[in-house]
This record gives sequence, structure tokens and C-alpha cells, in this order.
Amino acid sequence: MSTTSEVLTLPSQAPRFGFIRGLRLSGFPMIPTAILLGIAFVAVFANQLAPHNPEVGSLVARFKPPFWETGGTTKYLLGTDQLGRDVLSRLIFGARVSMVVGITAVLFAGVVGTTLGIISGYLGGWVDQLIMRLTDTWLALPALTFAIFLAAIVGPSMWNIVIILGITYWTRYARVIRGEVLSLKEREFVRLAIVAGCSKWTIMRRHILPNVINSAVVLGTLMLGVVIITEATLSFLGIGVPPPQPAWGLMLSDGKQSLMVGRWWLTIFPGCAIMLMVLSANILGDWLRVKLDPQLRQL
Amino acid sequence: MPNAPLLELENLSTHYVSAQGTRVVRAVDDVSLRIHAGETLGIVGESGSGKSTLALTIMRVLPPAARIVSGKMMFEGEDLLQKSDEEMQKVRGRRMAMILQDPMASLNPLFTIGNQVGESIRVHEGASRATAWNRARELLKAVRIPSPETRVRQYPHEMSGGMRQRIVGAIGISCEPRLLIADEPTTSLDLTIQAQYLNLLRDLQREHGLALIFITHNLGIVAKMCDQLAVMYAGRVVEQGPVSRIFSAPAHPYTRALLGSIPRMTDNREHLTAIDGQPPDLAALPPGCAFAPRCPMAFARCRAEAPPECAVDEGRTARCWLAVPDADAKVELKRSNVA
Amino acid sequence: MKQYIITRIGYCLLSLFLLSLTIFFFVRVTGDPATLLVEPGASPDDIAAIHHQFGLDRPLLVQYGLFMVSVVTGDLGQSFYYRTPVLELYWSRLPYSVMLATAAMAFSLLLGIPSGILAAVRVGRFWDSAGKVFALLGLSLPSFWVGLVLILVFSVYLGWLPSSGAGTPLHLIMPAFALGWYFAASHMRLTRSSMLEVLGSEYVKLARLKGLPQSLVIAKHAFKNALIPVLTLAGINFVIMISVAVVVETVFAWPGVGRLLYEGIAFRDFPVVQGTVLMLGAMTVIVNLVVDVLYAVIDPRIRLAS
Repeated sequence: MSTTSEVLTLPSQAPRFGFIRGLRLSGFPMIPTAILLGIAFVAVFANQLAPHNPEVGSLVARFKPPFWETGGTTKYLLGTDQLGRDVLSRLIFGARVSMVVGITAVLFAGVVGTTLGIISGYLGGWVDQLIMRLTDTWLALPALTFAIFLAAIVGPSMWNIVIILGITYWTRYARVIRGEVLSLKEREFVRLAIVAGCSKWTIMRRHILPNVINSAVVLGTLMLGVVIITEATLSFLGIGVPPPQPAWGLMLSDGKQSLMVGRWWLTIFPGCAIMLMVLSANILGDWLRVKLDPQLRQL
Repeated sequence: MPNAPLLELENLSTHYVSAQGTRVVRAVDDVSLRIHAGETLGIVGESGSGKSTLALTIMRVLPPAARIVSGKMMFEGEDLLQKSDEEMQKVRGRRMAMILQDPMASLNPLFTIGNQVGESIRVHEGASRATAWNRARELLKAVRIPSPETRVRQYPHEMSGGMRQRIVGAIGISCEPRLLIADEPTTSLDLTIQAQYLNLLRDLQREHGLALIFITHNLGIVAKMCDQLAVMYAGRVVEQGPVSRIFSAPAHPYTRALLGSIPRMTDNREHLTAIDGQPPDLAALPPGCAFAPRCPMAFARCRAEAPPECAVDEGRTARCWLAVPDADAKVELKRSNVA
Repeated sequence: MKQYIITRIGYCLLSLFLLSLTIFFFVRVTGDPATLLVEPGASPDDIAAIHHQFGLDRPLLVQYGLFMVSVVTGDLGQSFYYRTPVLELYWSRLPYSVMLATAAMAFSLLLGIPSGILAAVRVGRFWDSAGKVFALLGLSLPSFWVGLVLILVFSVYLGWLPSSGAGTPLHLIMPAFALGWYFAASHMRLTRSSMLEVLGSEYVKLARLKGLPQSLVIAKHAFKNALIPVLTLAGINFVIMISVAVVVETVFAWPGVGRLLYEGIAFRDFPVVQGTVLMLGAMTVIVNLVVDVLYAVIDPRIRLAS
């Protein structure tokens, strides 16, 4: 007769393991989060961390390669660009732009998209139809094209870009949140609230909203990467954050001019910065998605 | 009637192990069964009792998380557990076949009926497309589907549920297997069609000399179709033997409760009799008898030690301490010897 | 099936309508459209002329009517820079974009589908993990940076491939790779999850129960079913590729529609910008319709629904 000897038991997860260890056990992506926090730190303390002024260069020191190459100096660790500006400093300040634009745009899109998603899902009827048709159309046009179009109309400035990105990406939130709301609507506690006489707005605010926050957060982390790439793309095309403010995409655009002559550091470093940030956001977002709600795996 | 069983399972156990290896679900636990050629064996149990896993274990088509941890499966004298996957492929569909519960899901929506019915024939017998197509048509006729010539060219979604299940049946017998396992084949059919389908199965069995393992939770079907019965609970066989004897005098309290819970037209009772409690969590089985928590006749020993299979009378066993005449000296039918 | 197609056409028309409305709206709402619609360095007379030509002093509804009339008759304005009708410019550039998108799509499918299938069949093991890494990289690297790095490696250091322009198949390789990279990852992901779902289905279980060899189960039963969502996505992605190629075309100076858009921006040539965006949007909507119809043809469940 089989006994219990073959049954394996769960390792003890008593609190003495500590918070960090507990996170580790659940597969929390420590490195990506550390990278993101590091970038945020750099962005906040850019003034203190950057060795040089990112916007003003010295023409004498143009096109210096990174310090480990011949011709490079430790004064400009990662080299300089065509106007003699220090690459490292521009990278550091560029982090600020990426962080600010990225987070603000994601928040903006998230707030608008979640709100409209809740309204659309809960109220239904013609409101729902209207909002959904609108999102369908805006989704039909690729985000990048739409963003380019808007940027071409309003002209470049950092806050314009934030607004444009928000307008472009709120539709993704709206769709997902609406789906969630539709299924939430059928749940008991919502029915109870209706019977208890709560107004529609109260229900949406106090019952629906807290339950969709999870999805919104997960979507937010996933969108962060997309938004940053779009911002970089817009800057690269010249319609993003305007010079002389350093944006990584803009650095890539400048770097392209001298790519053919082999000035690789102007291309590789900004690109790596973008890659690190987006990669970290994506990994974190993936983990959050699996952890917070397995039902969101379709995202 | 040949004496050697067609299929004999000895102390078979199949466990599902979770990805981290932390949770082990004992879906099939120390099961011993046998079936002879031409016989119908019914396997009865609640959802989660392990019946379907048992069927998949016999066919060795288990999901990756499942592991056959012990036991023997002798089919026509060969131990199926010793076979490689390639060798099993030659057995499956050809010498043993299986019918699944949901006919709509079992048929591939993108291929014609003829294609799917003739597929086993093409693979196992190397038949040409034309031969297989003709055989498919004959098979559709054999399962009593009207106008087989047109049906053969159609797609699954164009058929009714009853027809689809017959088609699945046709696929099952297409290569003339010796054993057919039917996993709840009538559960998704309308009541009116069920009887027809069961008659069809019985006729097919007689014509082809099939042994039939009929998995169901419906005791009425068991009464109609089966010679032998095995009752499963929590992955274990708690009672097995000839149907008539089990029905007239069930030895295990669970069987008794099952039979007692069938409402009868002649009843004067006002309440339906249900069995108290919930089926156990197969990952965390109690140390004693799995049914003890819900058993009206349980005593101390039941909760402490899991009972072995004991002979009740000839050809019948039950896994219950009540069936043991003397608590110490037992006539155990099988001594578990994990090889 | 007819019903299905008619509904789809209806949605298509509605989307086109909303698209034109959106473009119209945004141009009008962000300040004086005249500044956009007029060439840089124009005189007040020119501005007045523009006001008159586009009816900017007339009620919005009339303006929209004029706008729609011109769009439907194919008059998308004239490029300031090239002095040719925008639509003509668009058609002349489109073949290049299609060529690039085709190459990129082929690349993305050839890379994405097999790796997705491999990851699904070997789920949890090495190839699956490799696939996950690949997918992550694909989604995290901006396409234009991939292009720039490729130029660095293959044009500057190795000197094998030309870095700009079109003309020979060699010119196509790097842009196609840069453009297709993201989509390869996206297709791989979808193929993997679709394949996993199919492999867990009842009909695949039955196929195994029939004793079919694993290779046949995968190649016949799993493959075709798993591919349906992937090909649908690929079809939709094709047009998206053409739109998103704007950066890749810019990096490689590939003379497609994307580069046209970039030129419009760089030269402040607004009719080109508006016209191109309108055309890209319209193309997306129409291609979605075509994909939907093709879907109906392939999947017998829809085809035979009466």
C-alpha cells in the first residue's frame, strides 16, 4: 500500500526568511528592477552625477572616442559628439528625459484609458459603442504613425510629446480594462451594491476601480517599454524632444551622421541605454503579469 | 472463454507532479484490474476519482506532468510499461482504442470526416488514400450514420452531437482493436440519443469481439451495459466484481451510498440522499482510508490505516476494513509489492 | 459567409470614415491650419488664398465636406517640395515599401514560426528558454538601432553590404532584417502560445490515442490549427510593417513611403504628411478587411456557415 513517504512537502516559508529572500523565491526579477531604479536614481541626481554640461560642448574636443581607445581621455569617459559634448553626461541627462516622458506618458494614458474603459464597460449602451468605435479606429492606425502625425502638427516640445504619447496609447488600456469591467459587472458584490442603492459613479469608483488597478499596473509596466521606444523613435526622426535637450533617440540621430566613419560610440552607448531600460521594464512587466493575475496572460 | 485476461493491471499508480515538485497528486493509486476478451468492464466514480487518468494511463497518453510511478500493465501478455513510445504507437489505435467524452472537441475542425476516420487505417495498415476513404464510408455505415457518402466529405461542425460521437466510435473501431476504452461517451449526448448509442456500442462489441472498458458516473448505464464493475474513489479501486452481485449486495460503504442515492420513482422519501462531505484533495490524502471522513460506518482503524483489497467472495474484492472478517488474519487478494 | 463579409465591409467603411474624421479634427483643433497648409515663407496673400481654398473661414461641417470630397476624388494636395500631387508621390514610393515589407515579413515568419513551434514542442527546456530570450530581445530593441548596429558591423567594419539606397538585393538584406526583427519575436511568441494551446486540445489527444506518430500529430493536426492566429496576425502586421518602416527607411535611405513621410516632416511639407498618414491608415483598414475575408475562406467553419 502506498504510504505518504513519497509525498513531497512545501519548503517552509516562515517570515524568518526575510522579505528579500521571499521575493527571490517567487522569481522576482531583481536585476531588472535594480536597473530601473538605478536609471531613476541617475535621472533624479543627474545634476550631481554628470561630469559635464550636456548641452554645451567644446569644439576643440569634438569626436573624442571613449577613454580606452587611442585618442580618448578620461576627461570624457565615453567620448564626445560632433559638438564636443560629453556622451556620458548626455546619457545621464537623457535618462531624465526618458524617465520623465516614459512615466508621465504611461500615467496619462493609464488614467485616461482606465477611466474610459471603466465608463465604457460599466455603462454600456451607446457610450460603450462610441468609445469602442473610437478605440478601434485609433488602434487601426499604427501608434507610431499616429504619433508622428500629431507631432508634425503641434511641433516639438517635451510636454507635447507626453501628451501625444498619452493620446496614442490610452486605447490599449481602454480595451483591456473594459474587458475586465464587463466580467466584473456580473459579480455578486457589484449586484449587491446596486441593490443597496449606490449610484453608478460610486460603484465605479469604489467597487470596480480597485479591482482593475492590478491590470492597469501590469499594463503600465508593459507599456513603459513601448512608450520609451516610441519616444526614442520620435526623437530620432527629429520630432521628439527638441535639441539641445539630450534624449537618447536624438543622440542616435546625431550619431548616425558619423556612423560611416566608424564613430561607433555615438551609436552603441545610447542604444544600449534604451535597450537596458526597455528590457528591464519588459521583464518586470512580464513577472508582474504572471504574479498579479494569471488571467492576464493574454496581454 | 479464454482464461488469461486480455488486459491486466497490477498495482498501477500514476501521480501528477507540479512544476516545482512540491505538490503530488495521486490520481491513480495502487489499481489492480483485469478484463477478458469480449467482456464489458464498467469503471464508476465521481469526478476526480481518477477514472480518466486511469484510461489515459492504460493508453500511455499522459500529459507531461504525470508519471506512472509503479505497477504493471499486461496487455495480451506484454507489459505495456516496458514498451518505448514508438512501440506504444503501434498498439494505440490498432490493438487498443479509446473514445473521448466530448466529440466536438475530439474532431479536428479543419479536416473532413473521411480524412479523420480513415487516418488510423492509413497509418497502421499503410492503406492508400482511396482505400482508407472507402473503409471510412463503410465504417460510417457500420455506426449507422445515414447517407455516409455525403457525410464522409463533410466537416465536424456540420454534424449533430450524436453523429459526432458515432464518428468517434467509428474511428475507435477502424483498425479492429481488441480493447476499446470509452471515457464517458454518452455524457454530452441528449438522453434520447444515449440509448441508441449504447445499443450501437453493444452491437459493435458483439460483432467485433471487443473487450469494452466503460467509464461513467452513471450507474444506470453500468447496469445495462456491463458485466464487471470497478468502483473508484480518490484514485483507488474500492470495490470490484460482477455487476449483479455488487448491485444486489454492495460490500463497500461508498458503493452502498452511491446505489442508495439513486432516486427511484417508487420512493416515498422527500429528500434526495446525497453523500455527506466533499471528495478528498488528491494531493493531501488522509493516512487511513480515503473514504473514512465521509463514511457512516467508519471506526478507528479506518482513519489510521488504509485498508488493502480483500476478497469478499469469489471474484469480488473490496477495499474496506469491514470486509475483513478478522482484523488481524486477512485473506488479501493482492499483497502490494512495489517492484 | 456572405453575411460575414458584408458586416466586415461595413466595419471597414465606418473605420475609414472615422479615420478621415480624426485626421481632419486634429489638423483643425491644434491652432490655425493655415500655418500648416501653407508653404514655409509664404506671404499674407498666400495665407489668405489658402484660407479661401480650403474654406477655413467656413463652418466646420462645410470644411469637412470639402475635405472628404477631395479625398474621395484622390486629391490629397500637392507637395511643396516636389511640386507633384501627393497621391502620385505615394504610389511611386509604395512599391519599395511593399518590397521591404515582404522581405521583412518573410524573414520574420521564417524565423518566428519554426522557433515558436520548437519552443512549444520543447516547452520548459532549452529551446523554449532560448526562444523566450529571443522574444524579449526582439521586443526590447528599437528597430532603427538594430539597423544602425547592422550598418556598423556589415558596412563599416566588414564592408559586405551597402548602407543606403535601393537597387540590388544586397541593399534589401539589412533593412529587412532590422524591420523584421521585432515581428519575428512577436510571431514567435504567438506561434508558441497557439501551438501550446493546440497541443493541449482534445483532438490532438485523440490523434495521439489513434497511435499516430508524434511527427504526424504535430505536422498535420497541430500545425495547421496553430497557424491560423499567426497568419492572421501576420496579415495585419504586413501593413503595420509598412507604416512602422518609417524609421528603418530613414536609416537606410530606402525610398519607400516611410521615407516619404520623414521627408514631409523634415521639409515641413504638410500635404505630404497628411496625405501619407491618411493613405497608411486607409491601407491598414482595407488590408484588415482582406485578412478577415481570407480567414473566412480558409476556415471551413465560417465558409460553410449559411
